[in-house]
Amino acid sequence: MAPQIVVIGTSAGGLSALQVLLPGLGEKFPCPLAIAQHRGRDGGQGLREFMQKSCAMPIEEPEDKAPIEPGHVYLAPRDYHLLVERGHFALSTDAPVWYARPSINVLFESAADAYAELAIGVILSGASADGALGLSVIKARGGTTLVEEPATAAYPAMPKAALAATAVDRVLPLSEIAPFLKSICQAGARCV
Amino acid sequence: MSSALRQEVEQLEDIEIQLLLEGMFRYYGFDFRNYAPASIKRRILDSLREEGAETISAFQDKVLHDPSCLERFLNRLSVNVTAMFRDPTFYLTFRTKVVPLLRTYPFVRIWHAGCSTGEEVYSMAILLQEEGLYERCRIYATDISAEVLRTAKEGIFPLASMQEYTSNYQRAGGRHFFSDYYTAQYDNVIFDTTLKRNLIFSEHNLVTDSSFNEFHVILCRNVMIYFNKALQARVHDLIYESLTMFGVLGIGNKESLKFTPREHAYDELDSRDRLYRKVR
Repeated sequence: MAPQIVVIGTSAGGLSALQVLLPGLGEKFPCPLAIAQHRGRDGGQGLREFMQKSCAMPIEEPEDKAPIEPGHVYLAPRDYHLLVERGHFALSTDAPVWYARPSINVLFESAADAYAELAIGVILSGASADGALGLSVIKARGGTTLVEEPATAAYPAMPKAALAATAVDRVLPLSEIAPFLKSICQAGARCV
Repeated sequence: MSSALRQEVEQLEDIEIQLLLEGMFRYYGFDFRNYAPASIKRRILDSLREEGAETISAFQDKVLHDPSCLERFLNRLSVNVTAMFRDPTFYLTFRTKVVPLLRTYPFVRIWHAGCSTGEEVYSMAILLQEEGLYERCRIYATDISAEVLRTAKEGIFPLASMQEYTSNYQRAGGRHFFSDYYTAQYDNVIFDTTLKRNLIFSEHNLVTDSSFNEFHVILCRNVMIYFNKALQARVHDLIYESLTMFGVLGIGNKESLKFTPREHAYDELDSRDRLYRKVR
């Protein structure tokens, strides 16, 4: 079965990384994408609008229980955790995890629970270790794991932490992540 | 661990969660069976680590046989991490769009459903006081957990949060120095006890209890995000039945009335800050 969701986690340096990754997916990427980008509690109001400028697919900050639809990009709203359930999102205001809300681990672990081997996790640039645990859970449940090559990442700490936590399927320079996602999602084939 | 075995363990966890929640309901009457699965699973796994239990089944044993463990678990299931004047624009909009409606009533009953540790209840008390309305208001603040209500009744919050709350208060249209409302003691602050004069805290379970009064305003923000769709529908019925005609409902800024059974019973007062008015 083709992958059903791509979850992306990033922090510092994430905005410029996403401006490379999202346009690279084109407008007909067949799989829903959910992004946890660390953002301030107050700031980042215009984050969605800013990201939309470089993305051909519609970007939304999902409401609670919003359906997960192919061809859409979902951005975790500020000051909420974004969780994946089968077919829809859920939100929570539980305490920040590793100082982050939205937390990458929360998004990734819930995606692994809901979609197991049909989930793809991607860790991009960032200055914390958030996401490492979540990515290892995706891997353990049989999902596909990608990490941005630390040498090309603006902030390599997050990719490095993810690489230390689990044996990931692919380590790719930023420019090759979108083409790779297209190849495994469109072909409906697993990468490993 | 091989990936096949790992898969089985995960599925076993889901079975164990169902058994735990079923046991909680049948033995204690607390019904968490219709909570949203992803977030309740996180909370159960956090509790399990805190209690030093190896498996969810071992944790279930403790919950069913040790009342203090149950209390801690209930507390974790019901604490919604919140802040004073969370989403400041909500309070600003409440001042401009709801307060004028409330001025037309001789007496105002407000239900704050799922008040957790009370930060948003005190915020509303401060707002109403500044608007000169507090004398004619009663705020009924309810939660499922006795533990969080104890904290809420005390009105004592960490000093470390005051910088954030002060900023929220100012952006919420606050008219005084926020520090006028509290006294600092060591690492905590205690809020002006006169703010409590029209607050009534009590236990109420949105899942199993029924309506207990008729209200002019109901606030239920970021509570139903923890429920599945079926339970959300039930709570929307309960809210509808508890709201007077033309009463106001406030929900969280990422919650929606769309696809709920009472969607068409309300007019929108403010789309960004999710304030609605019951019109039919």
